[in-house]
Amino acid sequence: MSNGKDRKIKVIVAKPGLDGHDRGAKLLARVFAEAGMEVIYTGLRQTPEMIVQTAIQEDADVVGISSLSGVHNYFFPKVVQLLRENGLADVLVVGGGIIPAEDIPKLKEAGVAEIFGPGTPTQKIVDFIKQNVRKK
Amino acid sequence: MELAEGILDGSVKSLARLISWLEDDDERAYEEMRRLYPHTGNAYVVGITGSPGAGKSTLTDKLTQVLRKKGYTVGIIAVDPSSPFTGGAVLGDRVRMSNLCLDPGVYIRSMATRGHLGGVARATNDAVRALDAFGKDIIIIETVGVGQDEIDVIKIVDTTILVLVPGMGDVIQSMKAGVMEIADIFVINKADHPGADQLETEINVRLEQDKQAKDRKWVPPVIKTVAVEGKGVNDLAAALERHRAYLEESGELEIKRKKRIKEEILSLVESTLLKLLQEKFMSGDSFEDIIDEIMSGENDPYSTARELLKRIGLDVTIQQ
Amino acid sequence: MFDKKKLNDIKQKKEQWEGGTLKKVLDRFPERKEKFTTISGIEVDRLYSPLNIEDFDYNEKLGFPGQYPFTRGVQPTMYRGRLWTMRQYAGFGTAEETNKRFKYLLEQGQTGLSVAFHLPTQAGYDSDHPLSMGEVGKVGVAVDSIEDMKVLFDGIPLDKVTTSMTINAPATVLLAMYLAIAEEQGVPFDKVGGTVQNDVLKEIICRGQYIFPPQPTMRLTVDLIEYCYEHVPRWNTISISGYHIREAGATAAQEMAFTIADGIAYVQACIDRGLAVDSFAPRLSFFFNAFTNVLEEVAKFRAGRRYWARVMKERFGAKNPKSMMMRYHVQTGGVTLTAQQPLNNIVRVALQAYATALGGAQSLHTNSYDEALCLPTEQAVTVALRTQQIVAEESGATETIDPLAGSFYVEALTDKIEAQIDEYIKKIDELGGTLKAIELGYIQKEIQESAYRFQKEIESGERIYVGINKYVMEEPPLTNILKVDPKIGEMQVERLKKLRAERDQKKWKEALEKLREVSKSDENVMPAVIEAVKARATVGEICDVWRDVYGEYRPKEFV
Repeated sequence: MSNGKDRKIKVIVAKPGLDGHDRGAKLLARVFAEAGMEVIYTGLRQTPEMIVQTAIQEDADVVGISSLSGVHNYFFPKVVQLLRENGLADVLVVGGGIIPAEDIPKLKEAGVAEIFGPGTPTQKIVDFIKQNVRKK
Repeated sequence: MELAEGILDGSVKSLARLISWLEDDDERAYEEMRRLYPHTGNAYVVGITGSPGAGKSTLTDKLTQVLRKKGYTVGIIAVDPSSPFTGGAVLGDRVRMSNLCLDPGVYIRSMATRGHLGGVARATNDAVRALDAFGKDIIIIETVGVGQDEIDVIKIVDTTILVLVPGMGDVIQSMKAGVMEIADIFVINKADHPGADQLETEINVRLEQDKQAKDRKWVPPVIKTVAVEGKGVNDLAAALERHRAYLEESGELEIKRKKRIKEEILSLVESTLLKLLQEKFMSGDSFEDIIDEIMSGENDPYSTARELLKRIGLDVTIQQ
Repeated sequence: MFDKKKLNDIKQKKEQWEGGTLKKVLDRFPERKEKFTTISGIEVDRLYSPLNIEDFDYNEKLGFPGQYPFTRGVQPTMYRGRLWTMRQYAGFGTAEETNKRFKYLLEQGQTGLSVAFHLPTQAGYDSDHPLSMGEVGKVGVAVDSIEDMKVLFDGIPLDKVTTSMTINAPATVLLAMYLAIAEEQGVPFDKVGGTVQNDVLKEIICRGQYIFPPQPTMRLTVDLIEYCYEHVPRWNTISISGYHIREAGATAAQEMAFTIADGIAYVQACIDRGLAVDSFAPRLSFFFNAFTNVLEEVAKFRAGRRYWARVMKERFGAKNPKSMMMRYHVQTGGVTLTAQQPLNNIVRVALQAYATALGGAQSLHTNSYDEALCLPTEQAVTVALRTQQIVAEESGATETIDPLAGSFYVEALTDKIEAQIDEYIKKIDELGGTLKAIELGYIQKEIQESAYRFQKEIESGERIYVGINKYVMEEPPLTNILKVDPKIGEMQVERLKKLRAERDQKKWKEALEKLREVSKSDENVMPAVIEAVKARATVGEICDVWRDVYGEYRPKEFV
């Protein structure tokens, strides 16, 4: 448990791959900030390696990835795997975007904590993060 | 492994965690800092400041690429304000530094001010020191601010780069006294936009007046850049090296750093003292009672302040 | 249109009604909400009457179809003469698979093609680039070289169909490939028709498929426009797109306003190049969204046509009426579709298609009901196409021109949206023009603000979305979904390897060197691009030349 008197949850909001649909990612960045979190927004065209490097350098508690172009089966598990290889298994990874229901069990098995589909109330995502974030 | 050891051993993870502790005001951080201190003093610290939209992140990105080619390792601290209402922040400076993300010779940290005034966070100075101990050759602090209240960055850097852009109103005219003096190097970014030449002239006129008035030895160069296209960034790196050489040769660097240490000690004493008083004597009902006493005329603020100081063993007269 | 006496009379009667009949009912049964608004947040009155459009001047505001200011439509007979072009956006996997889908759609009565390219092509990367990992063939067809393009249009005569290509930063490259294939088919350039999106400004604003900095990328845009004016007269050189702006969260008025602002920037860039406005402007086209709020959409389209006509005539001094016509394609709103209860989307799309017909579009893509879940299956695509066929053949929307004209509400709303557009254009002019407004993040921030407001309305329950915040139910996940074969990535990489090994190396190298030279000069790049694609240079290789010459761009993100 952090003794910090000024502890803030740090969240990376990342757009993997070439997908340019960032309405949801930007919206969530704003919602997280309004919930008192510090959000590091990476912008578009991130590789898994870039996302994980950012998480390491920023000592992020949460990595949120949003994809609408169907690359989630490649990207999400890869991010989890690289985080683990870098000793960051305790970082919470959450995903969102257009993700078919049948893909979700596999993604969770790979270590993604939760998948939030279209239409999820943003408060639900905020609550999930607050309840599941690691201590440091 | 303790964080200090990890940092001296080159662990980015340890470095990142220590900076978090510093930001979170975690007491464990200061013991680590104490252990790192003997390993500091080698890095050169650069501040890049200017108004929002001046292109600071892009300039930081491109300048870092040039510095890397020259063989320097670089640490970047990008400071942005926290929301005063929610305490949260969206930190987007990394967007423009994507090219640096995978370079092991570069460390980037986004930092929110968390209510601290002056354009930097409370933890910025210590984070610089941690990066210094970690072995970064050059540390860049990128921060918003051209107003007089937002230039605390100059107190912790060796070279201050002030980024201006043409067409943002009559910048120079409206600059408060003193702002011109903080800059060791002026950058006119987006120099391909109309008004760049005029801005250059305005700066030079002001610099000339300053020079006559104050007998400055270092005359800040004015560098024109188009950061998006990488133009002028080599010139900026060269100017940076020139300023560093000037500071070292003239002995000003030593004076600057001595002054900084003095200010730091004073500031540590001040903040510790204030916190101590706040935590031990000024919280909760007891302090309310004291205030009530003053309100009702039974006591006065001067005597009360003296009384509080006495309680932590300082029998002194009150001064402002 | 109304005389003063009549208006006074109506005013009196209305007051009586409000104080009497209406009041009695309101006292006993208050309305469902205090305030009613369109989905864009425009407040809607209880009742519209001539009082809402008191100064309405028919000739000035509406006129007649095919005539300035084109409020009622750009053609004199509209759908009585010819229905809109039914153009379903399609593309996934390899060129072979998409070619099959194209042929299927043409057999089903579709009248034009619309190519979706996968993201690597759109971003100017080949399928073997590291950033293409996982993306190959996903949201569109993989096209790396002219060899893929040939397969894509195999057996489709390019003088018989028109083709729309959603391609922006690398638009010159894909058009060059298309032209090279037409040449091989023996089709002369003046018989080739179609559209490239070629709208890079909205990529920077909201869609994310940018490559080069604004200045050089605008130069490529204008090169294409100039080349087509001289050599490919039936080609729509740009499709100035509000679709994605709306998807990103804009209101109806913002969609129209920011698209027009982009349009103004392109027209100005062409004029700055030295082109006469009436030479290129007739080939400019637009691309909009249609949401479910039918009447607001109709008003948006009518307001947009009228405003654009005025811009072209008054700001740019166009003389040719064709230069003043806002011709446009519509796609129904992707973001309006829900993953919950997906069959409901068929109804949404039907209303959106109906709005499009009432609004007077030139072509339409109707979304498939499963698109919030995956790429559309053949069944879903068929329903989508049938939806627009039903609107065209059964709904009656096509029998008279601009059927909603004269509706007090629609005319008032048209005026209101036009006024909002005008306010935005004035503001953008004040900021120093579209490029400057984008650089300052003004447009992006306005869009995000609207997106945020909308989200809050949904979450507070202030605005109802069926299946999302009301009428929610548990349901089994949709299982019949289309998945792209993950092997496609490897296949495409193999194909590239083969291409690179077998092409004439000397010819290829020379073509790219020539392109580099031309790109540094003021010469139009199109001929050199055509030579390069013929020499089997890939999309990625050509864009790499430009990345090198022009630099790569990362816009500031505004959150």
